[in-house]
Amino acid sequence: MTPPVLEVKNLRIEFPTRRGVLTAVDDVSFSIAPGEVLGVVGESGAGKSLTGAAIIGLLEPPGRIASGEILLNGKRIDNLPYEALRKIRGREIGAIFQDPLTSLNPLYTIGRQLVETIQTHLDLDATAARDRAVKLLDEVGIPAARERIEHYPHQFSGGMRQRVVIALALAAEPKVIIADEPTTALDVSIQAQIITLLKRLCRDHGTAVMLVTHDMGVIAETADRVAVMYAGRIAEIGPVADVIHKPQHPYTIGLMGSIPQFETQLERLIQIDGAMPRLDSIPKGCAFNPRCTKVFDMCKTSRPELMEAASSRAACWLHESRLAR
Amino acid sequence: MSAFIQLQNVSKTFDVSAPWLNRVIERKPQTFLHAVSDVSFEIKRGETLALVGESGCGKSTVARLIVGLYSATSGKVTIDGHDMTAANQGNSAAREMRRKVQMIFQDPYASLNPRWRVADIVAEPIRTHKLITDPAALDRRVTELLGFVKLTAKDGEKYPHQFSGGQRQRISIARALASNPEFLVCDEPTSALDVSVQAQVLNLMKDLQREMGLTYLFISHNLQVVHHIADRVGVMYLGRVVEIGDKHEVFGSPKHPYTRMLLDAIPDLHMTGKARTPVAGEVPNPLNPPSGCAFNPRCPRKFDPCDKSRPQLVSFSGREVACFAATEQAVTAG
Repeated sequence: MTPPVLEVKNLRIEFPTRRGVLTAVDDVSFSIAPGEVLGVVGESGAGKSLTGAAIIGLLEPPGRIASGEILLNGKRIDNLPYEALRKIRGREIGAIFQDPLTSLNPLYTIGRQLVETIQTHLDLDATAARDRAVKLLDEVGIPAARERIEHYPHQFSGGMRQRVVIALALAAEPKVIIADEPTTALDVSIQAQIITLLKRLCRDHGTAVMLVTHDMGVIAETADRVAVMYAGRIAEIGPVADVIHKPQHPYTIGLMGSIPQFETQLERLIQIDGAMPRLDSIPKGCAFNPRCTKVFDMCKTSRPELMEAASSRAACWLHESRLAR
Repeated sequence: MSAFIQLQNVSKTFDVSAPWLNRVIERKPQTFLHAVSDVSFEIKRGETLALVGESGCGKSTVARLIVGLYSATSGKVTIDGHDMTAANQGNSAAREMRRKVQMIFQDPYASLNPRWRVADIVAEPIRTHKLITDPAALDRRVTELLGFVKLTAKDGEKYPHQFSGGQRQRISIARALASNPEFLVCDEPTSALDVSVQAQVLNLMKDLQREMGLTYLFISHNLQVVHHIADRVGVMYLGRVVEIGDKHEVFGSPKHPYTRMLLDAIPDLHMTGKARTPVAGEVPNPLNPPSGCAFNPRCPRKFDPCDKSRPQLVSFSGREVACFAATEQAVTAG
């Protein structure tokens, strides 16, 4: 097996507040191989975007990495000084965010933004950088790239803007792309175009992708593996088909059941009662225990680590007892 | 049984012209945006009709026209036999109609007044319509309403910011139910919510409909949600209804190429690893719509008449479709 390009080990992100330290991401570990797409799903506040932000070094204070390591090609990047990290960001790790309008500068033409990014990271003169910009726009499917390069972001539609953002992320041929909800702001027909594009480009360039989204459908179509996050921890991680069709963690089972589907017409959807706990009141033991239908004594006292469960790994004591028997 | 809600050739045009002085200096004509053109449909009592379509197709405008937040440029909205275009004239019958029609909005963060306690938010429609004047009875009614949406009387003391998105949306539902409405217009009620919370809200809405015999107009861009909650579905494109009918008919065997495209575009949980064929192109600028059928530049089944004349809704195999290709096929097939 090829060594992973990105490795996250026991990452813990904390927010110090007046009322004490809140742990937003707790003991998260995963790795992504070259050319692989790792989907990260979870509800709002599960810590999925924060994990992504920590990797690119864009964690906003007072948030801080309290412990753990982030390794890119085997080298630690989480403890690098700001300037060194700046060189990596964009060059080695690209980012795509949810709202394409806020990721582009409205006062500059997209050509200027692309050329600037290319020249920051690659040793190219102005003409060569511009040629590369046109080539990139062409590659992400923007028609008449040579003319459109002169246009400002507001002259593009939402889907086209997101294509420009993808071109920007790919500008320096990064090894890893962190895509945070890249299709959430788009209509379904455009969403399909963007997903297909992202998938094709990453396959062609061998880029590893961490795809953060709350949309299981997008994950199902794009990702190779998926990590399900709940209250700052990974609840389940495994190959995408296994997690979707044979979920092992009760939270994943509930999450899958709550998605309305065409094939099965139910009178009522399966619902998980209650809501995700607030960061200042994460329950003892397994964070999911107050909402879990299969809760037993152990869940309320000690916190489960990820353990083997069928072909995935799940942080649930149910799978421990199975081994013991 | 006659229709409870009826829209007859309803259109809404917005004047989006440049300011008068600019028009005079730059010699530009007035420009109009046709947000909704010639929309007609009916909803029976106790039924859920869902409108789907991409952003800017006019589905929210239709919702606002029905509740009277916009007045139609032309056409007629009738609710239970009363003309809603007269509802803005302030007579008592019109006021009574407004009591029967309530709306739930998309963003539960923006639709609740942050300075009001939840109990006051829920009591407002009751006070406005002077349904209950006795304070003790009003308190009991508010507690009952909060109970409908699985909240407690104690929650009524709190402010909206103390609730999560799903709970806030339930408060919106309690407020909408306060005036004993018969018809609820729900504009993307679950789009801002996480899937597990969405399931809670959808289940609640179905339960309430069964218990109170409510009629819903449900606006959404999420086809799976629509398939779950609706009885009939209307698909809109650029201000017009292109296909409308029973949900099993429309989703089971879509006739309009746009409906088919929308269905194909949904990321499918069972299609793991398989590639799909995304549709090319985007929604055209509504200020300058294509001639003929608005969908013709993106349509895979485009043929001769499509960019010359506009197809009308034609009724066949359990639904109405506005498409030349589909109609022709139906005729040749039998």
